[in-house]
Amino acid sequence: MTDSILRVDNICKSFGALKASDSITLDLKPGEIHALIGPNGAGKSTLIKQIAGGLKPDSGKVFFDGRDVSQHSTARRARAGLGRTFQISALAMDFTVLENVVLGAVGQSGSWFRFFRDAMKDTRLLERAYKALDRVELRDLAHVRTSELSHGRRRQLEVAVALTLSPKAFLMDEPMAGMGAEGSQALTGFLEALKTEAPILLVEHDMDAVFALADRISVLVYGKIIATGSVDEIRTNPEVKLAYLGEEDAA
Amino acid sequence: MIRERYLNLLIGALLLIVPLVALQLDEPFIITLATKAAILALAGVGLNLALGQGGLVSFGHAAYFGIGGYAMGILASHAQDYAPLMEAPFLIEGTNLMPVIWLVAIVASALAALLIGALSLRTSGVYFIMVTLAFGQMFYYFTVSWPAYGGEDGLSIYVRNQFPGVNTLDPIQFFGICFVVLMAVLFLVNRLNKSPFGLALNGAHQNEERALTVGINVYRLRLVAFVISGAITGLAGALFADLNRFVSPTMFSWHTSGEIMVFIILGGVARLFGPVAGAAVYILLEHMLGGISEYWQIYLGLILLFVVLFAKGGIVGGLARREVRHDG
Amino acid sequence: MPPSASSEQLTFHRRGRALPVKTIKGRAMSSILIIEQILNGLQFGVMLFLMAAGLTLIFGVMGLINLAHGSLYMVGAFAAAAVAGWTGSFLLALAASLAAAALFGALIELTVIRRLYARDHLDQVLATFALILIFSEATRWVFGSFPLFLNIPEALSGTLTLPGGIEYSRYRLTIILIGLAVAVGLFLLISKTRVGMRIRAGENDREMIGALGVDISVLYTLVFALGAALAGLSGALVGAIQSVEVGMGEPVLILAFVVIVIGGIGSIKGALAGAILVGLTDTLGRTMLPWVFAVFMDPAAASSVGSALASMLIYILMAGVLLFKPTGLFGSA
Repeated sequence: MTDSILRVDNICKSFGALKASDSITLDLKPGEIHALIGPNGAGKSTLIKQIAGGLKPDSGKVFFDGRDVSQHSTARRARAGLGRTFQISALAMDFTVLENVVLGAVGQSGSWFRFFRDAMKDTRLLERAYKALDRVELRDLAHVRTSELSHGRRRQLEVAVALTLSPKAFLMDEPMAGMGAEGSQALTGFLEALKTEAPILLVEHDMDAVFALADRISVLVYGKIIATGSVDEIRTNPEVKLAYLGEEDAA
Repeated sequence: MIRERYLNLLIGALLLIVPLVALQLDEPFIITLATKAAILALAGVGLNLALGQGGLVSFGHAAYFGIGGYAMGILASHAQDYAPLMEAPFLIEGTNLMPVIWLVAIVASALAALLIGALSLRTSGVYFIMVTLAFGQMFYYFTVSWPAYGGEDGLSIYVRNQFPGVNTLDPIQFFGICFVVLMAVLFLVNRLNKSPFGLALNGAHQNEERALTVGINVYRLRLVAFVISGAITGLAGALFADLNRFVSPTMFSWHTSGEIMVFIILGGVARLFGPVAGAAVYILLEHMLGGISEYWQIYLGLILLFVVLFAKGGIVGGLARREVRHDG
Repeated sequence: MPPSASSEQLTFHRRGRALPVKTIKGRAMSSILIIEQILNGLQFGVMLFLMAAGLTLIFGVMGLINLAHGSLYMVGAFAAAAVAGWTGSFLLALAASLAAAALFGALIELTVIRRLYARDHLDQVLATFALILIFSEATRWVFGSFPLFLNIPEALSGTLTLPGGIEYSRYRLTIILIGLAVAVGLFLLISKTRVGMRIRAGENDREMIGALGVDISVLYTLVFALGAALAGLSGALVGAIQSVEVGMGEPVLILAFVVIVIGGIGSIKGALAGAILVGLTDTLGRTMLPWVFAVFMDPAAASSVGSALASMLIYILMAGVLLFKPTGLFGSA
């Protein structure tokens, strides 16, 4: 466990009588994609929020890059290299693609306290920004307003912004959501290549993508991790089948 | 649609030309109106930084306007009475020098903005609006009940303060001072908007979560913006006090806060020269409509309602293209 | 607008009470005086509650911040004064205040407010600020700049002797009772009736109740009119203690905001708790602070320092609540 980049230790979170997170322990190792799956309402977003920093667990700890970040704010964890993409794109819609990525570079460099240089002409910021855009192949659209981008492109932009942080790990919340078949395939290929740069904790509903990408899978049901293992292990796990079969029956 | 840059030049030029023409036509009153417009525009520029760029709807910015005004009032009244503010432990005398007064006004309002901002920015949305409004009123009620500087009746300053090398009693020269200050601040604010600070502030306004997850401490960012914003409005307050040679608690009232917001919305929120256009139009309306009817504020209300409901971009928004931060 | 202070007597205008208060004359603070001030604070609080309840309902259900609430307070007071002047009946005057405020409330809801629900808060603030300007000037145009007078009805004038030998204004006692009755009525309305259920549902999920087929627009107009009526009633009741004039609603509006911040937006319970707290703090503060300062300062200084500090007291209270609970005592995030 000592070589894991991200580790969650016995996280508990209750909202009144509801146990959203029940002694959750999991970790993310370098070079892997660890998928987090589970039926709706299992508590996946609550867990992600506690890892990213927006929500404080009732008990338990979060470790990132060898350090205990349980008391750190979202911004601080981001500066430490925790990249995040959102299920519903969190982008500045009035900004151009380039401006959004430069914003990421500003955050990464901690230079928001600079008042007099022109941000969009700063070579260091631009270099970092363009590098990220190149990675996701969005450079040509650099001057397009974000609100005019297609859904798939916004996803790519989100990844680009996360990349500007030179992240040590990614938290991705349903990146496949809303993507058509072609988009999902492209993104799957992209994520496969991305994991070598930084491991990804991937929350996803799209089972095809999960089985294609994941090195490990954890299954979250009613706030508890009921199984962790390789794709084959999870596929054949009876408890997991029960949890999902129930879902399929209802569907 | 013209480029915003050219529109800004036009607005600035008009603001300069009108009083110069008035000087030729020997109409000092119009010069005074232009001066008032420049000063109110400055107050609006201050608020626009927090409101337009930052999305912080501060309904209590009159607090800083008033503090700047009273900084001038207190310092100048002690100077004109030849009585020091304080004798022990330090000797603090009043002063009649504008640059000193401005410095005090800026520092005092920045401090107030720091305190109020630190508390208020812990809230958001409607709470923030109500809290800033309440703090603004707090200053108002305090000033009304504090008798030392006139209380409700306000404080008159008999002599206009001095600026080295300028005859400040001459309307056009005083206008010149205010105009230069306005332009200088606009220049600085423009640089600010384009800087990483401005980008971060605007980005946080559009999507706070995004700013946080790229590592920006949004609370601190907004606090800094709020302080700068308050300082600028405070400077405007000091100039306003000098223009009228009078300060009163009304400078703190929420009507004043509302009026500053009106300039911004009329001119165009988040537009650099928006407050300038808005203040000029407001003064024009006040002067023209006020001549027609004593109840001119009904018309102002209707116009404001119309702009808010149907013409949100204001003057600059309606006339200028949307500027992108970089060419391309 | 301001409380005017002299070293001997403090009279307060536009605060919902106008009692001469003997404070600094080397006289000890008697317990009778304290109880009197507590009752005054309660009366003030209960009037604030009427304002705050409407505001918090409107915000909770429609997500709208309404600055024109103070104008509706004023409309109620003017309607009451006008009708009382014509008919001589206080009861009719109160009815008129409710009707006029509710009517104007419904009117502006239908014409202006409903365009604002989808807008951001800045737009709501500016548009309702515009309404204040229009209402204030229009009222001045119709009624002139001089205040109107509304008289306390005969039946309620004079004092009542309470247990303990305290003589207190009959009228103010009635106000307290009316206010508490309205509070109870509101609680019952919200928790026991179908309309109340819709209101609570609306507070929780606006889109949902629209989908359920509840006619949202009618509900919104009703809620707005209800809030307006409460404000109008408050204005009318207070109008008999002070003068009825343009702009009278504004200081009360600001205080109502403070109440909501302290109590928590969307919570009627919070509005009541906050209002009583603010009412008591403000009234007692104004009485006690100058007296406390008089212990170690000369009367004139004590009076000015005391009353200046007292005028800031509730804002300091608000700041204190914000430090520990940014969403108010009973508010949710």
